[in-house]
Amino acid sequence: MRAIGIILAGGNNHRMKELSQKRAIGAMPIAGSYRAIDFALSNMSNSHIQKVAVFTQYNARSLNEHLSSSKWWDFGRKQGGLFVFTPALTAENSYWYRGTADAINQNLEYLKSSHEPYVVICSSDCVYKLDYNKVLEFHIEKKADITVVCKDMDARVDIDRYGTVKMNEECQIMDFEEKPVVAKSNTISCGIYVIRRRLLIEMIERCAEEDRYDFVRDILIRYKDQKRIFGYKMKEYWKNIASVDDYFSANMDFLKSEIRDYFFKQYPDIYSKVDDLPPAKYNPGAHISNSLISSGTIVNGTVEDSVVFRKAFIGNNCTIKNSIILNDVYIGDNSYIENCIVETGSTMKANSYHKGENGIEIVVENSERFVM
Amino acid sequence: MLLAGGQGSRLGVLTSKVAKPAVSFGGKYRIIDFPLSNCINSGVDTVGVLTQYQPLRLNTHIGIGIPWDLDRNIGGVTVLPPYEKISSTEWYTGTANAIYQNVDYIDSFNPEYVLILSGDHIYKMDYEVMLDFHKQNKAECTIAVMPVPMEEAKRFGIMITDENRKITDFEEKPENPRSNLASMGIYIFNWKTLKEALTAEADQPNLDFGKHVIPYCHKKGAPLYAYEFTGYWKDVGTLNSYWEANMELIDIVPEFNLYEEYWKIYTKSEALPPQYFASTSKVEKSIIGEGTEIYGEVYNSVIGCGVTIGKGTVVRDSIIMNHSVIGVDCELNKTIVAEDVHIGNGSRFGIGDEAENETDPHIYNHGLVCIGEKSVIPEGITVGKNACIFGVTDESDYQNNELPSGKTLNKAGEE
Repeated sequence: MRAIGIILAGGNNHRMKELSQKRAIGAMPIAGSYRAIDFALSNMSNSHIQKVAVFTQYNARSLNEHLSSSKWWDFGRKQGGLFVFTPALTAENSYWYRGTADAINQNLEYLKSSHEPYVVICSSDCVYKLDYNKVLEFHIEKKADITVVCKDMDARVDIDRYGTVKMNEECQIMDFEEKPVVAKSNTISCGIYVIRRRLLIEMIERCAEEDRYDFVRDILIRYKDQKRIFGYKMKEYWKNIASVDDYFSANMDFLKSEIRDYFFKQYPDIYSKVDDLPPAKYNPGAHISNSLISSGTIVNGTVEDSVVFRKAFIGNNCTIKNSIILNDVYIGDNSYIENCIVETGSTMKANSYHKGENGIEIVVENSERFVM
Repeated sequence: MLLAGGQGSRLGVLTSKVAKPAVSFGGKYRIIDFPLSNCINSGVDTVGVLTQYQPLRLNTHIGIGIPWDLDRNIGGVTVLPPYEKISSTEWYTGTANAIYQNVDYIDSFNPEYVLILSGDHIYKMDYEVMLDFHKQNKAECTIAVMPVPMEEAKRFGIMITDENRKITDFEEKPENPRSNLASMGIYIFNWKTLKEALTAEADQPNLDFGKHVIPYCHKKGAPLYAYEFTGYWKDVGTLNSYWEANMELIDIVPEFNLYEEYWKIYTKSEALPPQYFASTSKVEKSIIGEGTEIYGEVYNSVIGCGVTIGKGTVVRDSIIMNHSVIGVDCELNKTIVAEDVHIGNGSRFGIGDEAENETDPHIYNHGLVCIGEKSVIPEGITVGKNACIFGVTDESDYQNNELPSGKTLNKAGEE
């Protein structure tokens, strides 16, 4: 492959509410047995990108744990591999990452010491499959300076948290607005960029000299009239999970057979860290309908229209409806849960009752757990 | 040294294309995962796996040992098939002969002790405790034994010990057993003792641990001890015991518990996605592997990874291995379905009265139906009990769309 990869996994955001207290968004569990960053990493690996850097900063423990070995994504090799960059004190610098461009600037050596001509930059919080080679081919064909992967969003979707773009018929981006109050277009940027490595180094260095730190605002928007910036339209499934509602609906999408088919059965695969959990177990009293259940889980009750992650325990006579139960949750007997996201590691006493009345409720409950 | 070369012919078509240690077990595992996981959990990180019979799946499963953390700079896992020599090229003719042919491999690590295991038992055991016992007693050979009911003792190799567990005598499958301590086929030897015994007995045909090496050591007066193991241990040598051991996993608190944090069992994970249950599905008392999609009903069954079970299908008391596809409106009773099998819509298995299997009554019994790997079964077939199907079949292979109890239909060419 002619590119190296950069995955930006440093940010925090308040739209994830309690869910981001525990972890960076890239480490959010998704679709029963994956983490959000698995999609970006698997796409990189499946596009034959051999050298990938992950920039982390906010609450990276869970993410670092997930990335503790690079072999799951086939990055455990002598040539290239997976690099995790957290901010570090150096002789020249004692700042945290002040923005995406600053993160790249603080690790510019990674870009300078590589020899591949291109860089693919993406974020860690999106669910999609994409062969970056196709974007790169488009980039070369258009003789673009920067290519931005874009997607037409459904008119009903609220797009005020995305960057919106306007393209001409040549696919050149004429206008780029970050998080507009009133959007002029329903084409959004997916946060995936292809750029020539030397150009990126040059622009990042110029940015740093001017004390500018943000890749979108200070590079894309600032240079949109000077550089040839093109938009590659993505038609396939793509979803950003960085808000509670989007996170919930992205998980629920996997209850649709065409989405499961697309991600789990069609080439290429999505990889994740392997946990060595036993198969899921269903005891008498288990009733399951339209749900996803992951390995290591033991079910004794009713589960409907829900996604249950790994190593959960659902007690006798429980009812779980339209909910997401994250990893390692213990739900005591006779509990009722509807329209909820139950946070990783929660322990619920018997007879608990949680129902999200206005939208999705996030449940964090750490009662004492008694295990055999 | 893990002996994984055996065919396991009493598992019938399940082992016609794979060695017995590579047969699926408990949904996502293969039998060899148990001894391999025991090794790494006991701190044994240098393992030679002796293969001979149908090693392809075993080789791809073990690879460089990543799932068991046996990909090491020093030691790790090495697959040891028989190989050509300048003189006397031969297959592994017996358990001890296989070790004898790999003396160089063991010597290259210059070990103090060698642990001999077989690749076809289901159990969790800390070999380090056994080694401590071995060292404590200054034994030259320690044999793991487990107490069995007296009436079953005549099926095993029986050890007779004194009060200190020192072995005074042993008998192979005795008519009138004098003890109920059965050998589990797990040995620890001082490498010096074992090497000497192997060299001395090398010319014995079918050199075997139970028949030659242990008696030789005993005759020489080497101290032999019996290490008693009382945990769960299951030989899955026959179809029925294989089926029973799988069924024991679905008890509410199974005697053999896979859900303990301590002493995990590792395996190569082929599939990662969660399982999907449609709104038409029902499931009770079952364990189910990753990526399986269930539209029908499943009771008392063990289902592997990546399996699809169609709408209206009822699966009872059955084992379905990885990546098999069961059509809609089928019925499976006490059926063992091997990997990558396609079953057409509306087919029914385990129907009707029992009848003894006409070709191999010692293999296909207890009312089990057995379907070999990569078999294809057309729509609307009714299959009786104690029956066996192997290979790609179509309507013309069945009379009146029926395979009566006790019949074997083998189109794969070899048994």
